[in-house]
Amino acid sequence: MKLILRGGRVIDPSQNIDAELDILVENGKIASLDNNISIREDDTNTITTLDCTNVIIVPGLIDMHTHLREPGHEYKETVPSGGNAAIAGGFTSIACMPNTNPVNDNRSVTEFILKQARYADTAHIYPVAAISKGSDGTILTEFGDLKNAGAVAFSDDGKPVTNSLLMRSALEYGYSLDMPIISHCEEISLSASGSMNEGFVSTLLGLKGIPAIAENIMVERDIALADYTNTSVHIAHVSTAGSVRAIREAKRRGIRVTAETAPHYFTLTEDAVREFSTNTKVYPPLRSANDLEAIKEGLKDGTIDVIASDHAPHSSIEKDVEFEYAASGIIGLETSLSLSLKLVDDGIISLNQLIEKMSTSPARILRIRKGTLAVGADADITVIDTHKKWTVNVNDFRSKSRNCPFHGWNLKGKSVITIVGGKIKHKEK
Amino acid sequence: MKLSKKDVLGMRDLSREEINLILDTAESFLEVSTRTIKKVPTLRGKTIINFFIEASTRTRTSFEIAGKRLSADTVNITATSSSMVKGETLTDTAKTLEAMNPDIIVIRHSAVGAPHMIARLIKQSIINAGDGAHEHPTQALLDMLTIRNEKGKIAGLKVAIVGDIAHSRVARSNIFGLTLMGAQVTVCGPAMMMPRYIEKMGVSVTYNMEEAIKDADIIMMLRIQLERQNENLFPSDREYAQYYCLTHRNIQRAKADVLVMHPGPINRGVEIAPDIADGVQSFILKQVTNGVAVRMALLYLLAGGE
Repeated sequence: MKLILRGGRVIDPSQNIDAELDILVENGKIASLDNNISIREDDTNTITTLDCTNVIIVPGLIDMHTHLREPGHEYKETVPSGGNAAIAGGFTSIACMPNTNPVNDNRSVTEFILKQARYADTAHIYPVAAISKGSDGTILTEFGDLKNAGAVAFSDDGKPVTNSLLMRSALEYGYSLDMPIISHCEEISLSASGSMNEGFVSTLLGLKGIPAIAENIMVERDIALADYTNTSVHIAHVSTAGSVRAIREAKRRGIRVTAETAPHYFTLTEDAVREFSTNTKVYPPLRSANDLEAIKEGLKDGTIDVIASDHAPHSSIEKDVEFEYAASGIIGLETSLSLSLKLVDDGIISLNQLIEKMSTSPARILRIRKGTLAVGADADITVIDTHKKWTVNVNDFRSKSRNCPFHGWNLKGKSVITIVGGKIKHKEK
Repeated sequence: MKLSKKDVLGMRDLSREEINLILDTAESFLEVSTRTIKKVPTLRGKTIINFFIEASTRTRTSFEIAGKRLSADTVNITATSSSMVKGETLTDTAKTLEAMNPDIIVIRHSAVGAPHMIARLIKQSIINAGDGAHEHPTQALLDMLTIRNEKGKIAGLKVAIVGDIAHSRVARSNIFGLTLMGAQVTVCGPAMMMPRYIEKMGVSVTYNMEEAIKDADIIMMLRIQLERQNENLFPSDREYAQYYCLTHRNIQRAKADVLVMHPGPINRGVEIAPDIADGVQSFILKQVTNGVAVRMALLYLLAGGE
C-alpha cells in the first residue's frame, strides 16, 4: 500500500519543518518527504493520492491522557470505541490511564489492553500502568515487569499518591528504568467532598469547593521530590495559576518537570457550573478566569508542554444525577484539537507550538518513537483543515459516552484525515 | 395575578417586583389562618406534592398546611417513603410524579441544584424548599414578610446575619433578597464559616459579633449544625457560644427595637441565649406563622389565578 499526500503545508516540529512538501508513504513508513515527489510510471495504479492543498499535514497527534474504561466499565468506553474516537479526533496514538477495574497494576491487565488494541486496530494504544497496587497508594507495582509488558508510564491517575515516601520511590525507580511518572496532584484533605472550584461561584451556589491550593501543594511537593532525587516528573491536568507558577519556576531552576493541561481548562471557567450541568463537573474542577489566563500564559511560554484531553467517559447513569453525586469527567478526544486550534486563532500559540504540544512533546515525554514525519518513521499522520467550520454534536461521537460540555458549540478547524501506520483510518466526508 | 415564571427556585432569580407581589399576596393570606374555619377554596382540585428527600418538620408541615388552607390536595413524600430507598434515581422519581399530573411539586433535597435539575426535566411548577447549602427561598420570603410587617419597610435597614454562613442556605437566600430590596447586610461568624469572596454578594463581613450587631435593626441568628464539628469548623459549642451567642449583654449594642430572628430549630445556649429566644424582641414564632402565609401565596401565584 502506497500513499502520497500532495500539496499540503507540512508542519513537523521534530525536524523544524514548516513548508509545502509532498509525503510518500510506503510499507507503513514515511518513504519520502520532498518537493514534488515524482512517481514511477508503474506505480500510478497502485498508489493512492491524497490532495492536501489548503490543509496542513502534521505528525500524528498523541493524546497522552485518556481513560478507555476497559476492562471493567465497558458501558462507558472500550478500547475499540475509544480508539475510534481517537482517530476521529485526529489522534494516531493515545495513552490510557490505569484506573480500570481491575486496575492496570499487573502484566495481565496491560497485556489484555494491548491485545484489545491489536484487535481493534484503530489508533496506537499505550497503557499507563499504576504506580501502586490497586492505585491505593501503599505498595509499588512491578515497574520492570509492567514495562516489559508494554506499559509506557506509571500513574495512579484519578487518585494522588498521598504518601511522599512512596512517591519518592516511584520517581527514583521509574527514573532508573527510564519510565515517566505522571502525577495526579491533589491534596485530598483539602479537596475531599468538593464538587467545583472554591471561589465566588461556589459561594453563590453553596457547593463545597475544591481550592486551587489542593493542587498547588501537591505540585510543589512533587517538584521538591524530583529536585531532591534528581529525577523527573510529569504533572497531569494542570488547572491552576499556582501550579503554572510553580512549574515555571522549577523549570527555570533546571528541575526536570513537564506538564500537561486539558482543553477545558483554557476554554471554560467555573462560571460554566452555574446551571448545574453535570458535564461541567470534572476533576480538577473548572477554575477561575485568572487561572484560565495563567494556563494560556503557561502554554505560550512553554511552561506547559502538552495538551492532553483527559478524556474521561461516563454514561448517563453517572451523569444524570444530582450535581454533587455526579461522577467527574469530560470526554475530549473528538473536540480536543478544535478547541486547541482556537488558541492558535486567538494568537496565543503558533501552529508549530500546537503540534509540539499535541505530538512532539508527548512522544518525547512518553519515550515513544512517534511524533515525527522523519523519513523511516512510522507513517502516523494527521491532516488538519484549520478553516473547516463544524458544530459539536455529541450524538455523532464515536465515543460511547456523551459527557461533553461543548455540545452545540461552533468550532473552527478539524482533523480531516488520520493515517495510522500508513493506513487511512479516518477520512472526513 | 400570577407569577410569570414556572418555578420558584431561588431568591437569586426573583425581581424586586416579584418579591413585592409575593409579599403583598402573603399579606392578604395572613388573615385566613386566623379564622375559625381556616380554609378558602382557591386551589380546590389542585394537587401539590411535598417531595422532601431531606428531613424537615417545620417547612414540610408549613407547606402542607398552606396547601390545605387553600383547599388543594397535598401529598407528602419523604426520603424513606420514596422509591429512592430502592435505588431509584431522582430523575426517575420526578418523572414518575410528573406522570401523576400534580400541579406543583415542592422539593427539599440535601444536594445543591436538585430542584433546578427537576425543574428542567418536568412540566409542573417546582418550588425549592431548600437545596443543600444553596437556597431556601420561602424562608427568605417569610423573613422578609416578618421584617416588612414589623418595620414597615426593608430598604435601608441594617441586618446582621450571624453564624455558619458557608453552609447556610438561609443566609444565601436572605442575602440575595435583602440586598436586592435595599437592606444593608452584614454577615458575621468565625472565618472558617465564611465562604470565599462573600463580600462580592454585596454584604459587609466581620468576625466580631459586637461589630456586626452594632445599631442593627434585625439580627438573624443561624442554627449551628453540631454535626459539622468533625469538619474542623470550630473547636467546641462552648467556645462558639463564647464569641457568637446572642445574649442580653451583646444585644445592647443593637437598636432598642431590634428584631431577633432565627430560622429554627434553635440550639438554646449555643447561638442564642434562652432569655433572648423567648424575649420580647424575638420574632421567631412570628416567622413560623408568616411562613404559612408566604407558602400559601406562592402556591396561589403558581397554581391559582386561572
